[in-house]
Amino acid sequence: MTDRTISVDYLARVEGEGALRVRIHDRSVDAVELAIFEPPRYFEAFLRGRSYLEAPDITARICGICPVAYQMSACHAMERGLGLSIAPEVRALRRLLYCGEWIESHALHVFLLHLPDFFGVPDAIHLAKGHREVVERGLALKRVGNELMTVLGGREIHPINIRVGGFYRTPAREELHALRPRLANALRLAEETVRLCASLPFPDVENDYEFVSLRHPDEYPMNEGEVVSNRGLRIPPARYDEEFRELQVPYSHALHSVRRGGGSYLVGPLARYALNRDRLGPCAATIVREVGLEPVVRNPFRSVIVRAVEMVYACEEALRIIDGYRPPERPYVEASGALASDDCVAITEAPRGMLYHRYRLDATGTIQEARIVAPTSQNQKRIEEDVRKVVERSIDLETEPLTMACEQAIRNHDPCISCATHFLSLDLVRD
Amino acid sequence: MLAARPKLAVYKFASCDGCQLTLLDCEDELLAIADHIEIADFREASSRVVDGPFDLTLVEGSVTTPEDVPRLHEIRANSRVLVTIGACATAGGIQGLRNFADAEEYRRVVYARPEYIRSLATSTPIQDHVSVDFELRGCPISRAQLLEVISAYLGGRAPNVPRESVCVECKRRGTVCVVVAHGTPCLGPVTQTGCGAVCPSYHRGCYGCFGPQDTPNAPALSAKLLQLGMDPPSLARIYRTFNANAPAFEAAANAARTDPAHSERS
Repeated sequence: MTDRTISVDYLARVEGEGALRVRIHDRSVDAVELAIFEPPRYFEAFLRGRSYLEAPDITARICGICPVAYQMSACHAMERGLGLSIAPEVRALRRLLYCGEWIESHALHVFLLHLPDFFGVPDAIHLAKGHREVVERGLALKRVGNELMTVLGGREIHPINIRVGGFYRTPAREELHALRPRLANALRLAEETVRLCASLPFPDVENDYEFVSLRHPDEYPMNEGEVVSNRGLRIPPARYDEEFRELQVPYSHALHSVRRGGGSYLVGPLARYALNRDRLGPCAATIVREVGLEPVVRNPFRSVIVRAVEMVYACEEALRIIDGYRPPERPYVEASGALASDDCVAITEAPRGMLYHRYRLDATGTIQEARIVAPTSQNQKRIEEDVRKVVERSIDLETEPLTMACEQAIRNHDPCISCATHFLSLDLVRD
Repeated sequence: MLAARPKLAVYKFASCDGCQLTLLDCEDELLAIADHIEIADFREASSRVVDGPFDLTLVEGSVTTPEDVPRLHEIRANSRVLVTIGACATAGGIQGLRNFADAEEYRRVVYARPEYIRSLATSTPIQDHVSVDFELRGCPISRAQLLEVISAYLGGRAPNVPRESVCVECKRRGTVCVVVAHGTPCLGPVTQTGCGAVCPSYHRGCYGCFGPQDTPNAPALSAKLLQLGMDPPSLARIYRTFNANAPAFEAAANAARTDPAHSERS
């Protein structure tokens, strides 16, 4: 009879502050706790009393890694509640902006946070010692994503050009066309990245996930779509609260999301790909065939390949949008009349998965209530289950390699802990 | 391999991670930086931790929990040069809005079981707790200014980071003034440059992410913004956002909320 604790006090190569505790008793796993000690920042509380026009800039500050996702979900939520319709040209520009964030965020995770695990090195700097060309490729890709966000958003972290109703200023065709050669190069780099990732050795794991993502009639999902799952769920985003709920646990500052009447679920690249692979563009579909990627990836370690596929898609989609771009007549539309709404709700696909925003506004457009559910709070329970599985199948390992395996199981899902902490719901009180 | 490179540490308190991400966003320079300075403790980027003391320490985020205070003192004791990066570290950040509210109520609004949450009633900047050698402003910081701080450290000189207003930067860029030309409310006259005056170049007024410039005349600007048709609550809010606890912005927000001259004029 032995007791053992696997413990990581400060998780490395994830965004934000978290710790892990696994208690093992007599060769069985007693408890797995992903403790998010990132301090709460109370966004949902101080959004009350702010104008609806401020929500995109304020919520962007929840996460420096995926600010565009917050700006997009906030804008779409307000526009839906206020009945604003967005010109197709503006819609295309938003998709282009999101392509930039997906490229930047996925390149950050694949090359700087995730690949070091597969090469057995502590970070990308050490990876560059033996594989400088790999790290340089990653940095070049990341840079193109940032350039796209800078042209459209004014800067790459907390872009300033995004507003409810559209953009402050829309780019001239030439500004976007200037990005073409670099994006075309990035597309090639992303394809090489898929080949590299597909050639890595992976542990033999399959998890039975409930995948949840948006699904759009024509496009790989970013800004719009229904919420679907591989277990038959299909609802509009406005019905999210009827199907999902959040629970507070004593050891963490982030909530756990679960399906009502069900258990954990997974959002993010694995879910989007499993549910929308028929919507990938021709370049992404071709590389998927070339490397023989399975149609549904249930091995979380292989998420690194799926992120690379999504980078290919984001590059080809950005090129397509730039080629078809015509500047809109007006950069933005404004709301008029009474602004009261309790129906400001939207879900968009952040790089890490679905990001839900809901607001209630009074007649002056002042926020009365805000609720935000980040991708990492949705994945947190599922990540714990992944860790439990890793421990169960490797229980005879020494503590150090077992600890490393647990950390890798967490990094597989690119958790963004800064995001996860800041949105805890009013709704909870009903528990 | 260069011998005896100085050691760099990067730490985070309450924040969005965006300012430390700025270091990883130096895509063209990152590997060169690592040749000259050893990344010794930077958890977001590396699972390898080298013991201190550290030669240059970058601190992101604000102090919001009881545990933050001893941790910060330990970091200070272990750092030769400590530089704060970003509006959270230099002015308490957006989460500093709790300083004007009932923080206990905030906790109850957000969490069903507030007793599980360890959080202070205030969000305070790093320099309220330990001495700071240099501060880099911004929400987020500027990549160019971060590179300047690292280069200056390696060159043994003081960083060249201007404290002048965004207006000066607009003139330098040749950006047409959005206040004069379009009557767009803009905090440029009272805000420190560093962003490159990006908002006016996108036809938008500055919203103050770099905090107050060296010699801000907020009362004069507030009078102008009211004249342009801004109502006093909106005026208070624009000062009370990402650098709400920077003294000049705090005073300007308070004046907008209480000054009867302001409300009469609206």
